[in-house]
Amino acid sequence: MDLELSETLQKVVDGLSSEFSETFIGVYQSTGDTFVRVEAEAIVDICRYLKNEQHFIYLTDIFGIDRFTSEERFEVVYDLVSLRDRERLFIKVRLPEENPTVESITDVWKSASWMEREVFDMFGIKFENHPDFRRIYMPEDFDYYPLRKEFPLLGIPGSIELPNTTPDTE
Amino acid sequence: MGIESSLGDGYLTTKIDALTNWARSNAAWPMPMGLACCAIEMMAFAGPKYDAARFGSEVMRFSPRQSDVMIVAGWVNYKMSHAIRRIWDQMPDPKWCIAMGACASTGGMHRCYGVVQGCDNFLPVDAYVSGCPPRPDALLHALMKIQDKIRTEHSVKLDT
Repeated sequence: MDLELSETLQKVVDGLSSEFSETFIGVYQSTGDTFVRVEAEAIVDICRYLKNEQHFIYLTDIFGIDRFTSEERFEVVYDLVSLRDRERLFIKVRLPEENPTVESITDVWKSASWMEREVFDMFGIKFENHPDFRRIYMPEDFDYYPLRKEFPLLGIPGSIELPNTTPDTE
Repeated sequence: MGIESSLGDGYLTTKIDALTNWARSNAAWPMPMGLACCAIEMMAFAGPKYDAARFGSEVMRFSPRQSDVMIVAGWVNYKMSHAIRRIWDQMPDPKWCIAMGACASTGGMHRCYGVVQGCDNFLPVDAYVSGCPPRPDALLHALMKIQDKIRTEHSVKLDT
């Protein structure tokens, strides 16, 4: 597929592929957005480079994807915006099904904290060196990850506690 | 003054149950448990156009200790269910409960792991109102059903 990169994005992609030639996997476009796939171990360096050198100062979102494939099942997507250049760039890393772990980028953007906690809560993807790593929506003692494909729509019966309806008998 | 002028010297007989039920049914103060869009219709129910004051229920009490009818208006998630049950337990007896709308009655369109599929899983519901959201008249109808229920209850003397 031919890429239709704007001048600034072309510069960014060129910079990424030369600076991180070992860990840069590829770039593609879909529905008007540009996605860069990189190796998971380089994500912190790449984010720091994009923030400091390419002016992608705004981390909009981090989200997970369950691709439900036998290899590299999970994907974490980082949505970066350059307010100066009015450009948006998605960075993707893929993780294995067994113990999916990626380095936390809270050192680069503090705002990544809650977003990474949400990805952990919903997909069970672990973020290393996160300052406050626990669930964000579901109860602390919840054993499942609701946005994984194998999780049933209505949840596991009895897995979340309902209030005691006979409080006097305790 | 009042009733004496029309009755003259005399007296009325009634049952204490009938008197209590009459008083209770015409002063069922709601505890508004507004959780979602149904709460907007609940406000219309209390407002001047639909006017719950006609049934003695105009006083929305935001303290559970002063209220008689809990109107669960909206979808209940597991986290909220504990707060609702706690408020319900703080309401003094006798008390009644209306599940307003599809979500409070059955979970409605929120068919997912985080939402309790009907607040009757942890509350004794007396009246269910269908609709998404129900019109204020439907809620008035539920209130009237509750009033009917109160009027047929044995409030003082229990069947033994």
